[in-house]
Amino acid sequence: MPQIGSFTLLLGLALSVYAFAAGLFALVRNDDRLSETARRAGIAVFIAVTAASAVLVWAAFHNDFSVAYILHHSNRALPAPYKFAALWSGQEGSLLFWCWLLATYGLVLRLRHKVDTRLVAHASVVISAVQIFFLALVNFAAHPFALVAGTIPADGNGLNPLLQYPEMVIHPPMLYLGYVGMTVPFCFALAALIMKYPGEKWIHITRRWTMVGWLFLTCGIFLGSYWAYRVLGWGGWWGWDPVENASLLPWLTGTAFLHSVMMQEKRGMMKVWNMWLIFSTFLLAIFGTFLTRSGVVSSVHAFAESDIGPYFVVFMALTFATCVFFFVRNRSHLESEHKLESLVSRESSFLFNNVLLLVAAFAVLWGTLFPVLSEWVTGHKVTVGPPFFNKVNIPIALCLLLLTAVGPLLAWGRTSAESIRKNFLIPALIALSTGVVLMMRGMKPWVDISYFYALMTIMLSVLVASTVGSEFIRGGLVISRHHHSNIFHGMYLLTRRNTRRYGGYIVHLGVIVTMIGFAGVAFYQNTEQELGFGDKMAIGPYTLVCRSYTQNDQPNYSSEWAILDIYKNGKQITTMYPEQRFYKASGQPATIVANRSTVMEDLYLVYTGKNPENGRPIIKAHLNPLVWWIWAGAHLILVGTLVALLPNMQAKRKKRSPQERIRSALADEVSPVEARN
Amino acid sequence: MGIVLKMHHRWALGLLLASALLLMGASGDRTGQRFDRLGHNLMCECGCGQVLMECNHVGCTTSEQMRKELKLAMDRGDSDDVILAGFVARYGPAVLSAPTTTGFNRVAWIMPVVIFIAALTAVVLVVRAWKRRTPNPPSNPGGSGPGELDEFRRRAREETSTL
Repeated sequence: MPQIGSFTLLLGLALSVYAFAAGLFALVRNDDRLSETARRAGIAVFIAVTAASAVLVWAAFHNDFSVAYILHHSNRALPAPYKFAALWSGQEGSLLFWCWLLATYGLVLRLRHKVDTRLVAHASVVISAVQIFFLALVNFAAHPFALVAGTIPADGNGLNPLLQYPEMVIHPPMLYLGYVGMTVPFCFALAALIMKYPGEKWIHITRRWTMVGWLFLTCGIFLGSYWAYRVLGWGGWWGWDPVENASLLPWLTGTAFLHSVMMQEKRGMMKVWNMWLIFSTFLLAIFGTFLTRSGVVSSVHAFAESDIGPYFVVFMALTFATCVFFFVRNRSHLESEHKLESLVSRESSFLFNNVLLLVAAFAVLWGTLFPVLSEWVTGHKVTVGPPFFNKVNIPIALCLLLLTAVGPLLAWGRTSAESIRKNFLIPALIALSTGVVLMMRGMKPWVDISYFYALMTIMLSVLVASTVGSEFIRGGLVISRHHHSNIFHGMYLLTRRNTRRYGGYIVHLGVIVTMIGFAGVAFYQNTEQELGFGDKMAIGPYTLVCRSYTQNDQPNYSSEWAILDIYKNGKQITTMYPEQRFYKASGQPATIVANRSTVMEDLYLVYTGKNPENGRPIIKAHLNPLVWWIWAGAHLILVGTLVALLPNMQAKRKKRSPQERIRSALADEVSPVEARN
Repeated sequence: MGIVLKMHHRWALGLLLASALLLMGASGDRTGQRFDRLGHNLMCECGCGQVLMECNHVGCTTSEQMRKELKLAMDRGDSDDVILAGFVARYGPAVLSAPTTTGFNRVAWIMPVVIFIAALTAVVLVVRAWKRRTPNPPSNPGGSGPGELDEFRRRAREETSTL
C-alpha cells in the first residue's frame, strides 16, 4: 500500500504540472480544448491526492508500522478517531492533508468554471502553481510514505498526548481549511490582475471565497483556543504563542479585506488596497505554516518542526515577486472610480478600521519576530510574551470596538454632525449608564489598568450592541408595519433581504459578546493546595472538599484523579474529577481538566500532581469569570457569517406596488440610518 | 433648546458627581495581586515557553523553584525592579516575559506606535488630498441615479419620521 501512496502522490504532482503548463499555454494561445484538458487534469489531481490520503489513513488503521510516519504518530491502542487524526498530527501527514484540501478547493473551483470560464481558467493556473509547490514538498522533502529502515517495530510511538482530545480532531482541519481557503481568493485576485478583468464580478467571487476561508479560520482559531483552555490546563485560552499569532495574522488582514471590499463594490474605491490585502492574507497564511514548521521561533504548538523552512521562504519570495510584477505591469487597471468625500463617512470608517486591523497585524507580526531580530542585532535573545501583546493590542481593539459602534451610524459619502448626534446620543447614554452601574457594583478601573480595560470593553460593547440593535429595530419596524406583522418577523425579513449587511451585524454582535468574555480576564483568580481525604479548599464562593483520590489503568494510558465535592455558598452543587494521564506509548503525561462552566464563571480544576511522600493530590483551582461568553460569541460569529453567505431573499416583484418596491429597495440597499440621512 | 441643554448639563453633572464619589470611595488593595503580577512578568525557564505563573508541566521543578525565589524576594521587601533585575542576573534577559524599555528593546515598543501614528497620518493626509482634488459628486451607493436616490431618501424620511 505505501507504494500506491507514493505513486498517487507522484501522479498528483505530474497532473498539477500538466494543469499549470497546459492551462498557461492554452491562455496564451487562446486554445479552449487545451484549456479543458488542463481543467480536467486539475480535477484528476483531487482524485490522486484523495487516494494518497486514503492510503495513509488506511496505514494508520491497519497499524502498518513499516511507514515511518505511522510508526511515529500512531500505536495499536490508539482509539480510532485519533488514528484518523494522525493524518494531520505530524509534518508529512499535515502537508499531505494541506495538499488534499487545496485539491478539494481546486475541484470546487474547476467544477464551477461556468461562473466565468476565462477567469476560472486563469485562477486554475494560479492554484495549480500553488499545488505544485505543496505536492513537490510531500514528494521530495517530507514524504509521508517513507519506509522504516531495518526491523519493523511491533508497535508505534503513539500520538502526542496533547493531541488526543476530541477538539484536536476538529481544530486542525478547520484551521487548515481557513489557511488553504485563503488560496482561492488569492488565485482569483491574481487572475483578475493578470487578465485585467473588466468589471467587478471577480471581486464578488473573491469576497465570497474569502468569507468561506475566514469562516473556517475563525472556527479554527476558536477551536484552538478552546483546546488550549480545556487541554493545556494553564487556565487561559490565548497565550500569544507564535503559532497562535500566525493564525491571527491572516485572520486580521482577511477581516480588513471583508470590510474594505465593500468600498470597492459600492464605490469602486480601494482597488489597489484590496488587491494587496488579498495577496497579504495569502502570504501570511503561508507564513503561518512556515512559522509552525521551521522552528524559527519556539512554540508549544509546533508539533511538526523540521528543516523545510527554506522551501517556504523561496515559495513566499516567488509569490511576492509574481504579485509585484503583475501589479507594476497592470496597476492602471486598479484606479479608483471615486474619491473619499469626507472624513465623517462610512468609507472613512472602513478606512480607519482597515488601518487599525493592519496595525494590529503588524504589532502581532513584529512581536512574534522581534526575538529573532533582537538576537540578530544584539546577540541576546529576549522574550516577547503576553504582556507586550496585551499592552499593544488592547488599545487597538478598543479603538476597533468604537469604530464598530460608530460605523453603522455613518452614511456613504458624508454624514452631518446633526445626524451623528441624533443617532449616537441614546446608545452613548446607555453605554455610559452601564459603566456607572458597573462601577457602583464594585468594578474599580482606577485600581488596575486591566480593570480599566475591562470596563471600557464592556461599555464599548454595550455601545456597539445599542447601535446594531437600533439598526435592527428601526428596519424591523418599517418592514413589520408594511407586512402587518410583529417586529421580530420584520427583523427576520430585514435580515433575509440583505443577508450580507445584517449577517455582518450578527458577526459584530458575536465579536462584542466575545470581547465581554475577554474582559473577564481582569478578574481571573487561582489557588493551589494539596488535598487529603476530607480536606477543604476555597476559591471565590466555592468550597472544594476532597472526597477521595484514586487511579486506573487503560490500554492506552494509566491515570490518577481526585474526586471533589463542590459547594457554593454552603450548598453542594456538583462533584468534579480533575485527572492526570500517563500515555504508555509516548511515555508522556497529560492533564484532563475538570471544568464547570456557567454564564458568569468557570470553576476550572487541574490535577497538577501528587505529593510523593504521602500520595495526596495537588489541585490547582481557577475561577475564570465570563469565559462562557467567549464561546457563545464564537457561535454568534459563525451564525452571522453563515447568514452573510446566504443569498438575499428575492421579493415577489409582480405583486408589489411602486411604493413597496421603494421600501424593499430601501431595506435592501439603504439602512434605516442611511435612509434617515 | 435651552431646556434641552440644561437637561444635558444635569446629566453630565450627575455622571461626573457619581464618578467622583466612586473614585473617592476607592481602596487600592494590591498586595494580594503582586505575586501574581510579578509572576506574569517572568517566563518559566524549564523550556516550556510559558509564563511562570502559567507553567503547568507535570512535575516541573523549575517553575516551583522560581516561584519560591520570587516569594523569598517579596518577603525580603525588595522592590519590583530589584526582584526582576535579580531574575535577569540569574537567568538572563529572556526570563522577562516582555522586552524592557532600554537599549535595542525600546524598538520593540516604539515600532507599533510609530506605525500606528504614521498610518493614521497617512490616511488623514490622503483623504484631505482627495477632497482637495475632486469636487464632491453626489453619493451613489446602490448604483441608482442621483435623482432616483433623492426620491428614495425623501420617501424614507417620510416613512421613518414617526419611528
